Amino acid sequence: MKARVHVMLKNGVLDPQGEAVRHALGAMGFDKVTGVRQGKVIDLDLAEGATEADVAEMCEKLLANTVIERYEIELV
Amino acid sequence: MRAAVVVFPGSNCDRDLAVAFEQAGFDVTMVWHKDASLPEKLDIVGVPGGFSYGDYLRCGAIAAQSPICKAVVEHTVRGGYAMGVCNGFQILTETGILPGALLRNAGLKYICKTVGLTVATSDSVFTQGYNAGDVIGIPIAHHDGNYYADDETLAMLRDQDRVAFTYTENPNGSRGDIAGILSENRRVLGMMPHPERAADAGHGGTDGAALFRALAGVLTPA
Repeated sequence: MKARVHVMLKNGVLDPQGEAVRHALGAMGFDKVTGVRQGKVIDLDLAEGATEADVAEMCEKLLANTVIERYEIELV
Repeated sequence: MRAAVVVFPGSNCDRDLAVAFEQAGFDVTMVWHKDASLPEKLDIVGVPGGFSYGDYLRCGAIAAQSPICKAVVEHTVRGGYAMGVCNGFQILTETGILPGALLRNAGLKYICKTVGLTVATSDSVFTQGYNAGDVIGIPIAHHDGNYYADDETLAMLRDQDRVAFTYTENPNGSRGDIAGILSENRRVLGMMPHPERAADAGHGGTDGAALFRALAGVLTPA
Protein backbone atom coordinates (compact mmCIF):
# COMPACT_ATOMS: atom_id res chain seq x y z
CA MET A 1 0.00 0.00 0.00
CA LYS A 2 1.06 3.55 -0.59
CA ALA A 3 -0.01 6.72 1.11
CA ARG A 4 0.39 10.25 -0.16
CA VAL A 5 0.48 12.97 2.48
CA HIS A 6 -0.17 16.58 1.52
CA VAL A 7 1.20 19.12 3.99
CA MET A 8 0.13 22.76 3.64
CA LEU A 9 0.57 25.83 5.82
CA LYS A 10 -2.67 26.59 7.63
CA ASN A 11 -4.85 29.38 6.31
CA GLY A 12 -3.76 32.60 7.93
CA VAL A 13 -0.12 31.55 8.27
CA LEU A 14 2.02 33.71 5.99
CA ASP A 15 3.59 31.73 3.13
CA PRO A 16 6.47 33.90 1.86
CA GLN A 17 7.50 31.29 -0.71
CA GLY A 18 4.00 31.11 -2.16
CA GLU A 19 3.93 34.92 -2.26
CA ALA A 20 7.24 34.97 -4.16
CA VAL A 21 5.88 32.48 -6.70
CA ARG A 22 2.74 34.62 -7.10
CA HIS A 23 4.87 37.72 -7.73
CA ALA A 24 6.98 35.85 -10.28
CA LEU A 25 3.90 34.60 -12.12
CA GLY A 26 2.52 38.15 -12.17
CA ALA A 27 5.81 39.47 -13.54
CA MET A 28 5.66 36.84 -16.32
CA GLY A 29 2.28 38.12 -17.39
CA PHE A 30 0.07 35.51 -15.72
CA ASP A 31 -2.21 38.19 -14.35
CA LYS A 32 -5.09 35.90 -13.41
CA VAL A 33 -3.33 34.40 -10.36
CA THR A 34 -4.67 35.95 -7.18
CA GLY A 35 -2.92 33.71 -4.66
CA VAL A 36 -0.34 30.93 -4.35
CA ARG A 37 0.20 28.57 -1.43
CA GLN A 38 3.12 26.18 -1.57
CA GLY A 39 3.22 22.88 0.29
CA LYS A 40 4.81 19.45 0.39
CA VAL A 41 3.83 16.04 -0.91
CA ILE A 42 5.27 13.05 0.94
CA ASP A 43 4.84 9.56 -0.55
CA LEU A 44 5.03 6.62 1.84
CA ASP A 45 5.48 2.98 0.86
CA LEU A 46 3.69 1.02 3.56
CA ALA A 47 3.97 -2.59 4.67
CA GLU A 48 0.94 -4.90 4.84
CA GLY A 49 -1.38 -4.08 7.69
CA ALA A 50 -0.58 -0.39 7.89
CA THR A 51 -3.66 1.76 8.39
CA GLU A 52 -4.66 5.32 7.77
CA ALA A 53 -4.57 5.79 11.54
CA ASP A 54 -0.88 4.85 11.49
CA VAL A 55 -0.22 7.50 8.85
CA ALA A 56 -2.22 10.06 10.82
CA GLU A 57 -0.03 9.38 13.85
CA MET A 58 3.09 9.87 11.69
CA CYS A 59 1.66 13.20 10.51
CA GLU A 60 0.88 14.35 14.03
CA LYS A 61 4.29 13.36 15.40
CA LEU A 62 6.67 14.20 12.57
CA LEU A 63 5.46 14.82 9.03
CA ALA A 64 3.50 17.98 9.83
CA ASN A 65 3.92 20.63 12.51
CA THR A 66 0.31 21.14 13.47
CA VAL A 67 1.11 24.52 15.02
CA ILE A 68 1.50 25.91 11.49
CA GLU A 69 0.54 23.14 9.08
CA ARG A 70 -2.45 20.98 8.15
CA TYR A 71 -2.25 17.66 6.39
CA GLU A 72 -4.38 15.41 4.22
CA ILE A 73 -3.83 11.69 3.75
CA GLU A 74 -4.59 9.95 0.50
CA LEU A 75 -4.32 6.15 0.37
CA VAL A 76 -3.33 5.01 -3.12
CA MET B 1 28.29 24.30 37.77
CA ARG B 2 27.70 21.87 34.98
CA ALA B 3 26.40 22.54 31.51
CA ALA B 4 25.86 20.19 28.60
CA VAL B 5 25.75 21.17 24.95
CA VAL B 6 23.96 18.86 22.53
CA VAL B 7 25.70 18.05 19.25
CA PHE B 8 23.64 16.97 16.24
CA PRO B 9 24.96 16.08 12.82
CA GLY B 10 24.96 19.55 11.26
CA SER B 11 25.31 21.58 14.46
CA ASN B 12 27.82 24.39 13.90
CA CYS B 13 27.48 26.65 16.95
CA ASP B 14 28.05 23.91 19.53
CA ARG B 15 31.65 24.87 20.31
CA ASP B 16 30.82 28.59 20.48
CA LEU B 17 28.03 27.87 22.95
CA ALA B 18 30.36 25.63 25.00
CA VAL B 19 33.03 28.36 25.14
CA ALA B 20 30.46 30.94 26.27
CA PHE B 21 29.36 28.62 29.10
CA GLU B 22 33.01 27.92 30.02
CA GLN B 23 33.88 31.60 30.15
CA ALA B 24 30.98 32.08 32.56
CA GLY B 25 32.47 29.38 34.81
CA PHE B 26 30.65 26.20 33.75
CA ASP B 27 32.19 22.77 33.25
CA VAL B 28 30.82 21.76 29.87
CA THR B 29 30.14 18.27 28.55
CA MET B 30 29.29 17.77 24.89
CA VAL B 31 26.53 15.19 24.38
CA TRP B 32 25.92 13.40 21.09
CA HIS B 33 22.47 13.19 19.52
CA LYS B 34 22.40 9.39 19.86
CA ASP B 35 23.01 9.53 23.62
CA ALA B 36 19.82 8.64 25.43
CA SER B 37 20.63 10.48 28.64
CA LEU B 38 22.17 13.71 29.86
CA PRO B 39 24.98 13.86 32.45
CA GLU B 40 23.76 13.75 36.04
CA LYS B 41 23.43 16.83 38.25
CA LEU B 42 23.25 19.08 35.24
CA ASP B 43 22.55 22.78 35.81
CA ILE B 44 21.69 23.63 32.22
CA VAL B 45 21.55 22.11 28.77
CA GLY B 46 22.27 24.16 25.66
CA VAL B 47 20.79 23.30 22.27
CA PRO B 48 23.02 25.00 19.70
CA GLY B 49 22.55 26.59 16.32
CA GLY B 50 23.33 24.96 13.01
CA PHE B 51 21.52 22.78 10.52
CA SER B 52 20.66 19.64 12.47
CA TYR B 53 20.01 16.71 10.12
CA GLY B 54 20.39 19.11 7.21
CA ASP B 55 17.15 20.92 8.18
CA TYR B 56 15.34 18.17 6.27
CA LEU B 57 11.53 18.13 6.46
CA ARG B 58 11.41 21.25 8.69
CA CYS B 59 14.15 22.98 10.66
CA GLY B 60 14.56 21.07 13.93
CA ALA B 61 11.85 18.49 13.18
CA ILE B 62 14.07 15.44 13.00
CA ALA B 63 16.38 16.58 15.79
CA ALA B 64 13.33 16.93 18.03
CA GLN B 65 12.72 13.18 17.69
CA SER B 66 16.34 12.18 18.48
CA PRO B 67 17.18 10.14 21.60
CA ILE B 68 18.95 13.06 23.28
CA CYS B 69 15.97 15.35 22.76
CA LYS B 70 13.76 12.95 24.66
CA ALA B 71 16.26 13.34 27.53
CA VAL B 72 16.19 17.14 27.11
CA VAL B 73 12.38 17.11 27.32
CA GLU B 74 12.53 14.97 30.48
CA HIS B 75 15.11 17.36 31.96
CA THR B 76 12.84 20.36 31.38
CA VAL B 77 9.78 18.49 32.68
CA ARG B 78 11.75 17.90 35.91
CA GLY B 79 12.23 21.67 36.11
CA GLY B 80 15.73 21.72 34.60
CA TYR B 81 17.14 24.77 32.85
CA ALA B 82 17.71 24.81 29.10
CA MET B 83 18.43 27.29 26.36
CA GLY B 84 18.12 26.88 22.61
CA VAL B 85 19.73 29.28 20.18
CA CYS B 86 18.72 29.60 16.52
CA ASN B 87 18.33 26.00 15.30
CA GLY B 88 18.19 25.14 19.01
CA PHE B 89 15.13 27.40 19.36
CA GLN B 90 13.54 25.71 16.34
CA ILE B 91 14.20 22.32 17.94
CA LEU B 92 12.69 23.39 21.28
CA THR B 93 9.50 24.52 19.52
CA GLU B 94 9.37 21.24 17.56
CA THR B 95 9.59 19.25 20.82
CA GLY B 96 6.73 21.31 22.22
CA ILE B 97 8.85 22.58 25.13
CA LEU B 98 8.28 26.10 23.82
CA PRO B 99 5.14 27.28 21.98
CA GLY B 100 4.93 28.53 18.40
CA ALA B 101 7.05 27.76 15.35
CA LEU B 102 9.71 29.39 13.18
CA LEU B 103 8.73 30.05 9.58
CA ARG B 104 10.78 31.08 6.56
CA ASN B 105 11.90 34.74 6.85
CA ALA B 106 9.25 37.05 5.39
CA GLY B 107 11.80 38.47 2.92
CA LEU B 108 12.85 34.92 1.95
CA LYS B 109 16.52 35.76 2.41
CA TYR B 110 19.03 34.24 4.80
CA ILE B 111 20.04 37.12 7.07
CA CYS B 112 23.41 37.33 8.82
CA LYS B 113 24.04 40.58 10.68
CA THR B 114 24.05 42.14 14.13
CA VAL B 115 20.61 43.40 15.13
CA GLY B 116 19.24 45.44 18.00
CA LEU B 117 17.29 43.53 20.64
CA THR B 118 15.17 45.05 23.37
CA VAL B 119 15.26 43.12 26.62
CA ALA B 120 11.53 42.63 27.19
CA THR B 121 11.78 41.25 30.71
CA SER B 122 14.55 40.96 33.28
CA ASP B 123 12.49 38.43 35.21
CA SER B 124 14.37 35.24 34.29
CA VAL B 125 17.78 33.77 35.08
CA PHE B 126 18.72 34.40 31.45
CA THR B 127 17.82 38.08 31.35
CA GLN B 128 18.42 39.19 34.94
CA GLY B 129 21.82 40.60 33.93
CA TYR B 130 20.01 43.25 31.90
CA ASN B 131 17.35 45.82 32.69
CA ALA B 132 14.01 45.58 30.93
CA GLY B 133 14.13 48.06 28.07
CA ASP B 134 17.89 47.72 27.53
CA VAL B 135 18.87 47.57 23.86
CA ILE B 136 21.69 45.15 23.05
CA GLY B 137 23.43 44.21 19.81
CA ILE B 138 23.40 40.47 19.05
CA PRO B 139 24.07 38.72 15.71
CA ILE B 140 21.39 36.80 13.86
CA ALA B 141 22.16 34.20 11.18
CA HIS B 142 19.06 32.44 9.96
CA HIS B 143 16.74 31.68 7.05
CA ASP B 144 13.82 30.47 9.15
CA GLY B 145 13.54 32.83 12.09
CA ASN B 146 10.09 34.24 11.50
CA TYR B 147 8.39 33.51 14.82
CA TYR B 148 4.77 32.46 14.48
CA ALA B 149 2.21 31.76 17.16
CA ASP B 150 -1.56 32.15 16.97
CA ASP B 151 -3.26 35.15 18.56
CA GLU B 152 -4.19 33.22 21.69
CA THR B 153 -0.60 32.04 22.25
CA LEU B 154 0.81 35.53 21.63
CA ALA B 155 -1.60 36.98 24.18
CA MET B 156 -0.61 34.29 26.68
CA LEU B 157 3.11 35.00 26.17
CA ARG B 158 2.51 38.70 26.77
CA ASP B 159 0.18 38.19 29.75
CA GLN B 160 2.69 35.86 31.40
CA ASP B 161 5.63 38.19 30.62
CA ARG B 162 7.30 35.39 28.65
CA VAL B 163 8.71 37.42 25.77
CA ALA B 164 12.43 37.62 26.59
CA PHE B 165 13.69 39.70 23.66
CA THR B 166 12.12 41.67 20.80
CA TYR B 167 13.79 43.07 17.68
CA THR B 168 14.17 46.85 17.56
CA GLU B 169 13.73 46.56 13.76
CA ASN B 170 11.96 43.37 12.77
CA PRO B 171 14.28 41.62 10.28
CA ASN B 172 12.25 38.49 9.48
CA GLY B 173 8.53 39.08 9.94
CA SER B 174 8.29 37.60 13.44
CA ARG B 175 4.90 38.22 15.02
CA GLY B 176 5.12 40.78 17.80
CA ASP B 177 8.78 41.41 16.82
CA ILE B 178 9.56 38.39 18.99
CA ALA B 179 13.20 37.27 19.04
CA GLY B 180 13.13 35.04 22.13
CA ILE B 181 10.64 33.52 24.55
CA LEU B 182 10.57 31.77 27.92
CA SER B 183 8.80 28.62 29.07
CA GLU B 184 5.95 28.89 31.57
CA ASN B 185 8.31 28.16 34.49
CA ARG B 186 10.79 30.67 33.00
CA ARG B 187 13.57 28.06 33.03
CA VAL B 188 13.77 27.46 29.30
CA LEU B 189 14.83 30.18 26.86
CA GLY B 190 14.60 29.95 23.09
CA MET B 191 15.97 32.73 20.91
CA MET B 192 16.94 33.16 17.26
CA PRO B 193 19.82 35.65 17.84
CA HIS B 194 23.18 34.24 18.94
CA PRO B 195 24.34 35.57 22.35
CA GLU B 196 27.31 33.16 22.20
CA ARG B 197 28.55 35.11 19.17
CA ALA B 198 28.68 38.31 21.25
CA ALA B 199 30.34 36.95 24.37
CA ASP B 200 34.02 37.72 23.81
CA ALA B 201 35.86 40.94 22.88
CA GLY B 202 37.18 39.09 19.82
CA HIS B 203 33.62 38.78 18.51
CA GLY B 204 33.34 42.53 18.03
CA GLY B 205 30.68 42.83 20.72
CA THR B 206 30.10 41.46 24.22
CA ASP B 207 26.43 42.26 24.80
CA GLY B 208 25.62 38.55 25.06
CA ALA B 209 28.13 37.84 27.84
CA ALA B 210 25.77 39.16 30.55
CA LEU B 211 23.31 36.38 29.71
CA PHE B 212 25.88 33.66 30.46
CA ARG B 213 27.38 35.48 33.46
CA ALA B 214 23.91 35.82 34.99
CA LEU B 215 23.41 32.05 34.81
CA ALA B 216 26.53 31.35 36.84
CA GLY B 217 25.79 30.47 40.41
CA VAL B 218 22.02 30.81 40.35
CA LEU B 219 20.96 27.53 38.77
CA THR B 220 19.91 24.39 40.59
CA PRO B 221 20.50 21.00 38.98
CA ALA B 222 17.56 18.88 37.87
